[in-house]
Amino acid sequence: MSSFSAFEIIGPPMTGPSSSHTAGAVRIGLATRALLGEEPVEALIELHGSFAATGSGHATDRALVAGLLNWPTDEPRLKDSLAWAERQNLCVTFRSVDLGEDIHPNSARLTVSGHEASCSVTASSPGGGSIEIVEIDGFTARVDGCLFTLAMWHKDRAGFLSKITTLLACAGTNIAAIRTTRKGRDGEALTLVETDDAIPPDCRSLLVRLPEISRLRDIPKLVA
Amino acid sequence: MPEASSLDYENAVQMLALARSRDWPLWKLALAREAHLQNCAEEPLLERMAAQYRIMCQAVRDGMQIHALSPSRLSGGDAKRLSDYSQTERPLFGSRFARLAAYGFAVLEHNAQFGRIVATPTAGSSGILPACLLDLEENEGLDELGAAKALFTAAAIGVVIGKNANFSGARGGCQAEVGSASCMAAAAVTEARGGSPEQACSAGAFALMNTLGMVCDPIGGYVEVPCVSRNGMFAVHSMLAAMMALADVRCVVPLDDVVVAMRDIGRRMPRALKETSEGGLATTPTARSFQAK
Repeated sequence: MSSFSAFEIIGPPMTGPSSSHTAGAVRIGLATRALLGEEPVEALIELHGSFAATGSGHATDRALVAGLLNWPTDEPRLKDSLAWAERQNLCVTFRSVDLGEDIHPNSARLTVSGHEASCSVTASSPGGGSIEIVEIDGFTARVDGCLFTLAMWHKDRAGFLSKITTLLACAGTNIAAIRTTRKGRDGEALTLVETDDAIPPDCRSLLVRLPEISRLRDIPKLVA
Repeated sequence: MPEASSLDYENAVQMLALARSRDWPLWKLALAREAHLQNCAEEPLLERMAAQYRIMCQAVRDGMQIHALSPSRLSGGDAKRLSDYSQTERPLFGSRFARLAAYGFAVLEHNAQFGRIVATPTAGSSGILPACLLDLEENEGLDELGAAKALFTAAAIGVVIGKNANFSGARGGCQAEVGSASCMAAAAVTEARGGSPEQACSAGAFALMNTLGMVCDPIGGYVEVPCVSRNGMFAVHSMLAAMMALADVRCVVPLDDVVVAMRDIGRRMPRALKETSEGGLATTPTARSFQAK
């Protein structure tokens, strides 16, 4: 849920031409890059609805790639991001996709891989530069980048949430929202924790050592 | 520091009550609310807002220099034309009026050419607040700090719109973008000119009320026609709304009701007229001939 920060209303500073089709798209790319946690070498970008229909005139394609390159929303090189991606050995493929009726018309699915990991992210850009991540690696998500987000891929085990909330409590980090989705009992699960402050490094290193966790990534505050 | 709950509000009535109880202008309330939200002091937030204002002014300046057409060939050079006209011997309504409109055009022309702008609240409506505030800077002695405060006034009003309606052309038509921007700008100008919080809300209500029903039907889906001229025209509209409020003209419909009306109209507006380019100006013979080129 958006907090309606003054800098969300008066902002973001951005490269034109569209807050939903350009700035929001950059943020979707940034979130995807953060979830991958390394430099991407390959990206399949699938554009849905309005992103597919009017995306090229709004540089949606280039904005998504700008985000994957870790560029901010007001990066002046935005319109040349595809050439920069090639120079940085990021191979990008675009195609249109129908993600169904339920998703916002301004949406995309990004499937990216680096040297070590890969990740698939579906997200929407409903307007004004706000975003909503709706799926990560097949797990339902609901993250808007207004707070710090901790993403943990882990085994579904009794007591797991208790361990992480205890560690966060010891670090004095306040949890604003938490959501666990799993693919069946004892199977793979994804927990997303939104916090008011960034996770302190010592707490992060303890979390990484939990045996249930196979992967841990942070999405920085992207909005306001 | 005051309690979180005591600084947040759900609508304009609550916002006004909060401002009144502390004898604060709206900008001060928005700044205090933001300081709580970000868990930091007010000073750096004012500086951050001033930095946003500097980007807005630079966008105006860059846009005023544009001679070339945009990649779509739908816009470019008109801010300069208006500016040149403002310097002629006897411009209609005087040179300030033409320059105000030119500033609104300038930001959107710059935006269409991949320029750096600040979404206020969206890119498609990013010319209105810069135009109004730069006009006050040039003609009324508004300084950078004053502009930052005025942007917080705008944000205070934006919270009311965001919580009770939305800023999305795809969901609410152009009234949600240019209407919201105009509403925020009218309130910002009113407070910057010494108007009360109540007058600022009246100005916002006048501005928004007179954009109700405005559809989002840009040619080819580009943020250019009618967006560029609309930002120039609604900068003027915002100033008129502020003038009415400062003259103590009472808006019969309070801001909260106007915002709810905007949301209602947005919901009933056909999809073809909400940023899909499937109706209105976007499907005229002119639009078709442009796309064929």
